[in-house]
Amino acid sequence: MSKDLKSSTPTDSEIVFGILNNSESAIKRLYVAYFPMVLQLIINNNGTADDAKDIYQEAIIVLYNKIKKGDFELNSKLKTFIYSVCRRLWLKRLSQMNRYGGDIRDFQEYSPVEDEVEQHAERDIQFSKMQSALQLLGEPCKTIIEDFYINNRSMQEICENFGYTNADNAKTQKYKCLQRLKKLFFQQK
Amino acid sequence: MRDEQLLEVIERYLNGDMGADERRAFEQLRIENADIDSRVIEHQQFTGLLKQYGERVELENRLNAIHHEIDVYALVEEVTVHPVWIVQLWRHHHSKISVAASIAIFAVLAILFISGNLNNNSSYTELRREVDKLRQYNKSHVTTTGGAQSLPSNKIQTDKYRGTGFALTSNGLIVTNYHVVSGADSVYVQDVAGRSFKVKVLYTEPQNDIAILKITDTAFKGLGTIPYTFKRSESDLAENVFTYGYPQDSPVYGDGRLTSSNGLNGDTIDYEISVPINPGNSGGPLLDSKGNIIGIVKAKETHLEGVHFALKSGYLLDAIQNIPTDSLTHKPVLNTKNTLAGLSREQQIKKLKNYVFMVKVYN
Repeated sequence: MSKDLKSSTPTDSEIVFGILNNSESAIKRLYVAYFPMVLQLIINNNGTADDAKDIYQEAIIVLYNKIKKGDFELNSKLKTFIYSVCRRLWLKRLSQMNRYGGDIRDFQEYSPVEDEVEQHAERDIQFSKMQSALQLLGEPCKTIIEDFYINNRSMQEICENFGYTNADNAKTQKYKCLQRLKKLFFQQK
Repeated sequence: MRDEQLLEVIERYLNGDMGADERRAFEQLRIENADIDSRVIEHQQFTGLLKQYGERVELENRLNAIHHEIDVYALVEEVTVHPVWIVQLWRHHHSKISVAASIAIFAVLAILFISGNLNNNSSYTELRREVDKLRQYNKSHVTTTGGAQSLPSNKIQTDKYRGTGFALTSNGLIVTNYHVVSGADSVYVQDVAGRSFKVKVLYTEPQNDIAILKITDTAFKGLGTIPYTFKRSESDLAENVFTYGYPQDSPVYGDGRLTSSNGLNGDTIDYEISVPINPGNSGGPLLDSKGNIIGIVKAKETHLEGVHFALKSGYLLDAIQNIPTDSLTHKPVLNTKNTLAGLSREQQIKKLKNYVFMVKVYN
């Protein structure tokens, strides 16, 4: 399967416009096209297939956000960008695990991507804070907040799902939930 | 305005649910009231983060779903760079290999230490062992000596060690190896006719492994003119050389080549020769094809076949000079006329045999 897909490596502009148009297949083609390259990098530098998956997905997210923000310049190759980000992330991971022996075996050319990786890391911290705040929030608050703010459900729908007798009760509940979530979020270091 | 209501208003504002008038009024309120303004911004940021978090989670789920469809195991096989087997072996087993190597080194050192091979004169010690072995396998034949300490005789009870010696002068000066006669109570020499004469050890140079004996027996009437001469200069490599001695009861002839001008471990006092030598040959003469004495057969390298050593004759001549004058009635005069040159080897041996003795050591 992977071989068939590999043979149809998509062009960079296909991918970029595909992502900008929220095309599901564009992400899939992108993902399948460059995963072997990253797997090769990680596997041959003291990593496992699972490490490769984590690193690669992070890199795809970095690329995705960069494209969505509209500041991905097509003059740099997607392949090089992905490889560089993965390389950077993996070096960071290796030194965190104290497994970094001082050299890395390279398979592709790469470019400096420190800024992107740093931005991504900061964002990741925010997201993991949010994740744990939501976990701590508990039900039904978590679902109410997710439904309203993330999934864009109306208060009416939420009322029905949770069996609130009137929208005001639901609103009050949602307000309390949000206040608690903010508190939990900002309490974290 | 209560917080809850304010939040609802802010949300309606941010979602664009307000009518134009209401919106204008609220924007006016933001400008006038900094507190409300900051609440709006804070709420906007927080819900924005929440929204992005949701998107991230969704994207991750999508990626996981895609990942799930990839046959990772096949890819891992495909992309793994397999280093050469020896590197792999080292990577996987380097600790074990190191331990094994240390044990091996330790074992070798221990064996060397126990067997005495760490001593410098290893081949001499080895020779002694070789002699013991020979005695075991060859009891009836090998009764004579040749090693550093020589070996006890089984067949002839009376004498304990044997070697070979050869005459320096016609009046009964005989040279042999120091190791043949060291520790002796009494020493006899036996000529080719089987007559034994008592000798005394006149002079020794243990560092060069030389012992000079003097026949003191009254039955001794003197030898004829010595047929060979002594060569002071070093002989050339590959020269044809031969020896004659008593590794057994009857004399044995052996010939070969001079293979090195240095002995064991580069020792410059010895030649290395390829002449077959057995215990008992020690102290025998080494001659070149013209019948010049060029050395004294001395020892063998037991680790290697056909590697034997002979002391260079120059050291013998020095030793003769060093004999204290008070132990001699007159200075030894060495023969300078070679009567062996030009003869066939058989004729040479016939002449030589009268001047080569079996040295018998009692203690």
